[in-house]
Amino acid sequence: MAATGNILFSGVGGQGILLASEVTAYALLAAGYDAKKSEVHGMAQRGGSVTAQLRYGDKVYSPLIEPGKADILISFEMMEAARYLPYLHQESKVIVNTQQIKPPSVAMGQVPYPANVLDAVSSLGIQVVSVDAFDIARDAGEVKAANIVMVGAMSAFLPMGVEVYENIINTRIPERFREVNMKAFAAGRKITA
Amino acid sequence: MSGNEAIAMAAYEAGVTVASGYPGTPSTEIMENLSKYEGVYTEWAPNEKVGLEVAIGASFAGARAFATMKHVGVNVAADPLFTVSYTGVRGGLVVLTADDPEMHSSQNEQDNRNYAYAAKLPMLEPSEPAEAKELLKDAFELSEKFDTPVLFRITTRVAHVKGVLSKGDMRKSSAVCGIEKAPAKIVMLPGNARNRRKIVEERMAQLTEVAESDTFNKVEPGDTKRGFITGGVAYLYVKEAFPEATVLKLGMSWPLPEKKIKAFAASVDELFVVEELDPFLEHHIKAMGVECHGKDLIPNQGELNTSIVRTAIDPDSAPVLFAPAELPMRPPNMCAGCPHRGVFYNLSKMKDIFVSGDIGCYTLGFLPPLSAMDSCVCMGASVTIAHGMAKALGDEGKGRLVSVIGDSTFVHTGINGLINSVYNDSRTVLVILDNRITAMTGQQNNPASGCNIKGEAANAIDLEALCRAVGVKHVETVNPHDIAECKKALQTALALDEMAVVISRAPCVLLPEIKNAPHNPYSTKTENCAGCMACVKLGCPAISWTNITSQEAVAKGYKEKQKGFAVINEVQCNGCGQCAALCKFEAINRKGE
Repeated sequence: MAATGNILFSGVGGQGILLASEVTAYALLAAGYDAKKSEVHGMAQRGGSVTAQLRYGDKVYSPLIEPGKADILISFEMMEAARYLPYLHQESKVIVNTQQIKPPSVAMGQVPYPANVLDAVSSLGIQVVSVDAFDIARDAGEVKAANIVMVGAMSAFLPMGVEVYENIINTRIPERFREVNMKAFAAGRKITA
Repeated sequence: MSGNEAIAMAAYEAGVTVASGYPGTPSTEIMENLSKYEGVYTEWAPNEKVGLEVAIGASFAGARAFATMKHVGVNVAADPLFTVSYTGVRGGLVVLTADDPEMHSSQNEQDNRNYAYAAKLPMLEPSEPAEAKELLKDAFELSEKFDTPVLFRITTRVAHVKGVLSKGDMRKSSAVCGIEKAPAKIVMLPGNARNRRKIVEERMAQLTEVAESDTFNKVEPGDTKRGFITGGVAYLYVKEAFPEATVLKLGMSWPLPEKKIKAFAASVDELFVVEELDPFLEHHIKAMGVECHGKDLIPNQGELNTSIVRTAIDPDSAPVLFAPAELPMRPPNMCAGCPHRGVFYNLSKMKDIFVSGDIGCYTLGFLPPLSAMDSCVCMGASVTIAHGMAKALGDEGKGRLVSVIGDSTFVHTGINGLINSVYNDSRTVLVILDNRITAMTGQQNNPASGCNIKGEAANAIDLEALCRAVGVKHVETVNPHDIAECKKALQTALALDEMAVVISRAPCVLLPEIKNAPHNPYSTKTENCAGCMACVKLGCPAISWTNITSQEAVAKGYKEKQKGFAVINEVQCNGCGQCAALCKFEAINRKGE
């Protein structure tokens, strides 16, 4: 088990980023890794940029990912994927929800929402997977499960099998949301598997 | 488990029976989690001084007691802290300070290790959640063994980091609860205090011997070309950046083990002190006559990380990174339907006023488009700063000075300021933004909300009666969602020649009963939108503006000069109605109206 990895979660407050990172962390722990996760709290609940950092390996010291060392960037909002370019390296995988959430300056019409954000990332030669997580989650029965669609899409890049995640959804997510989350996970997984 | 969850569990396992705190990021979740354990009495205090004093009382009665706060909270609690250092304890007493390097959610970046030095108290400092759990239990033992309160310092990257840890053994205090009179020890009038002063010094000498042992401060052997002295989360960055080097890890930040440090320094070719924020260790190590690198290389502002530590010491190891993209900022914003918005919208429209602000969600009223806050210093300072300005400005300040403060912050330290304003004949207007909760830190109850820390019904302060009782004659309560009513109340108060209070009362939209209630959202009839942007100026995240060219305007049936139109996102809108009241063109309506 020499593999070590760094996963950077990004998005906007309220998108379920902390739960998504939690599910992924439990999956890594279940697979026998040491894992450490660092979160942003406080102001972040008010529609600001949110990140969670998850590191795993035989033994993890620092809770923070170094710039240039994120193996996976999973962004729950399109523009927020481009905010963390200095964290990426040439072999990073970038998984992006195509949903757009306008920050205040855009909502007030002062500046446009940046066009072609994903092109900017792929032009660096970095692999980008775009996921219409909002639509997929709606089809699964609940738009709020978009975060688990994203976790499903990412799962193909991580060393654990589907059953590990299913187990975690079964034990960690309240019963009434389980079925929707199972469907959301499977639909996300299908995109990348 | 997060560091804060681990600390709550450790407090329980250490046999704490009384705990008090005031919510403040990154410390808040400690009390929230501790309140769930059976057999521990927990409460939210109105401020940190009160919280610490409650814990001191519990300790005097023989209970293990715990007080939690964020770094700036220790400033509020500093008065009892410096004296409880003299009285010592009966049941173990630990005071937790959660510091916030990088100011993720704070108004300054202070290094509270300095409090250990200044108050002559031992300080323990973990670097990660699992260590925090064991170290906190040790802190209670240390407290009772040496008859001293213990300071326990964590930082954001300990509090909000999740790591793996297990349940541990339960420890109990040997102290028994009961009234025990010890006036020479705990009545701090000068004669007694002078005697205790000597004991404090003797105690620090004994604690230095503890620091010399391997209990808290351990050498981790390695390559002796480079030696590192470090503590807290900085230890983790050193271990990752220089895994081969030898390290002296200080779990006790104060007092420092002089013999151990000198021996360690002599054992290595080059010595580096790696610490976040102030050169606290470095100054004391240099004062021992030991040469070392420290803040000549390591930044003294903001959080460290592995990369910063590595490149500060080996500049050639700096990696080549992808350049950042230029993107619009995404600052936090008051929520869709936030009641504070109605007050700030009105204040933003009033000419020539100065708005003295305070610490809470409503500090976001500073941001555009509202931009309705002109100062913000610390909790409770809004009231007093406005009063000070009024006295300095004299007639020039008449009808122009408004202070805004939340319900929780008003109870925290605003009441004293209001009493002062009344007593000293202020002519300012205080707006209490009463949303029934301490919202910024995540909806904690306070003495005005009618619930205790567990969410059970509690006695609630009557804010109107309180303001009248301290001598305010004009107290008016308004619904901030009613923009016109709110405007009238502010104008009336500003026109008075005496201290006036306007209470803006509507519940926080993040309260579960509001959040989960069925909403009746508004929607836009874009063909009616005249493009005046009145609604957009509220800065509500549910309202967005679409720019159009003059050709597009004509094609859509608008006047050629119309620059665009507003759209409401019905998923985000919670139907507060502030925008509908501002629209003069009937473009904003509820469904079916």
